[in-house]
Amino acid sequence: MAWDTDDMHVQDDDLVLHYYGELGAADEARVAAHIGECRHCHAAFRRLQQVLMSVDESTLAAPELPDGFERVVWARLQPELQHEPRGWLSRVISRPNLRWAAAALAIAIGSFYAGHRWPGALPVLAPVDGSAQASGQLRERLLLVDLGDHLDRSQRVLVELVSADDQRGASLAGERERAEQLVSANRLYRDTAAANGDASIVDLLDQLERVLVEVAASPSGGSASELAEVRHRIESGSLLFKVRVVSSDLQERRKAAVRQTGQRSSL
Amino acid sequence: MTHTDAVTVALARDGDSEAFRALVEHHSRAVYRLAHRMTGNPSDAEDVVQETFLRAYKQLGRFESRANFGTWLHRIAVNCSIDLIRSRPKREASHDTADLDLIGAAPATSKAVEASPERLMLSAEVQQRISGAMASLTQMERAAFILRHCEGHSIDEISRALGLKVNAAKHSIFRAVKKMRVALEPLLPAD
Repeated sequence: MAWDTDDMHVQDDDLVLHYYGELGAADEARVAAHIGECRHCHAAFRRLQQVLMSVDESTLAAPELPDGFERVVWARLQPELQHEPRGWLSRVISRPNLRWAAAALAIAIGSFYAGHRWPGALPVLAPVDGSAQASGQLRERLLLVDLGDHLDRSQRVLVELVSADDQRGASLAGERERAEQLVSANRLYRDTAAANGDASIVDLLDQLERVLVEVAASPSGGSASELAEVRHRIESGSLLFKVRVVSSDLQERRKAAVRQTGQRSSL
Repeated sequence: MTHTDAVTVALARDGDSEAFRALVEHHSRAVYRLAHRMTGNPSDAEDVVQETFLRAYKQLGRFESRANFGTWLHRIAVNCSIDLIRSRPKREASHDTADLDLIGAAPATSKAVEASPERLMLSAEVQQRISGAMASLTQMERAAFILRHCEGHSIDEISRALGLKVNAAKHSIFRAVKKMRVALEPLLPAD
């Protein structure tokens, strides 16, 4: 423990340690005795107490959280819980070069078990020649198809939300289930795009996720005002337009990939 | 633990996802507030909330039913916040003097403040100055201070949790307290 040399007062840092009861027993007794006798240190300690006692939970305010915060937490958490516990398989597929394929495969399997098919069949795949290049192209084409389908389905949900008829008591409830199904796939595609450094797709999928999560987290009787909020979010961010643009871009890339394969196989 | 919490935890441990959802919905605001206090950043706080419930879900089997679920969750949230803070590159080169000038620069309403409208104004100003001082802390200073001041951990425990030497943990707390003093002392009534 240190003392101010000139007039032997307790140093500020030791007053702090004394306040928190962090001095050793011997120092503690000395400081307590000194504060009891020295007006200067007594006043200094009193001021320190006043400062620190005014810092409590009520003054360390966190920002106001919006209504429905809990539902949003749950909507984000739920898909993660379904992936627990992570085993060797998830560690293997987390390697960046396999992520696109894993995303496509996971969604294909999920869709198969859900008993429905995406609109538009998978393109006829090029014969597997065993080369890394061919398997890379195959993965890319699978992804283009699957991501395109995902965006098409999301687009339909957005269109329903934007064009729902207010006069007929429209609410979010009608699209809730579809949005719930799309949230996990969206996150998988988003992570895959991030791992591959595709920033524009990441941005779009982030924006889309916020809307899907909001719809998925809406209570079963989601109100017209909540619908209006979601609409506002879709329209102010030009989300529908962006989804259409990326969707048609993916379609072009898919066609180009098919053409390329056709040219190569004719060589 | 309340009876409802105990029943819900038991159901969640048996794999009832709706029960776990109820726990998330019941505790997420408190976890967020704690995470925000620790990290000082809304988006980090959201990440901590997510990670806290994920860990809680994984460790639910180890939760002792006689314990308080909220307290258990609180501990997980503190650990998640610490992990997040430790994962960040340290930027302890503090902005001490400039910040101290800024913190102390807000108008002081000192002297005797007795009437209640003035008291209200003073309490708003106290809050504003505390926020300003908190915002000026580095992430380590903030974490060390909150762990000591609000969570009641010893400096030894804090140094281990944050991966600091004991002296470094002490100095983080001293710097944080100093910033609080500079911010708040002008508001104290004269002796």
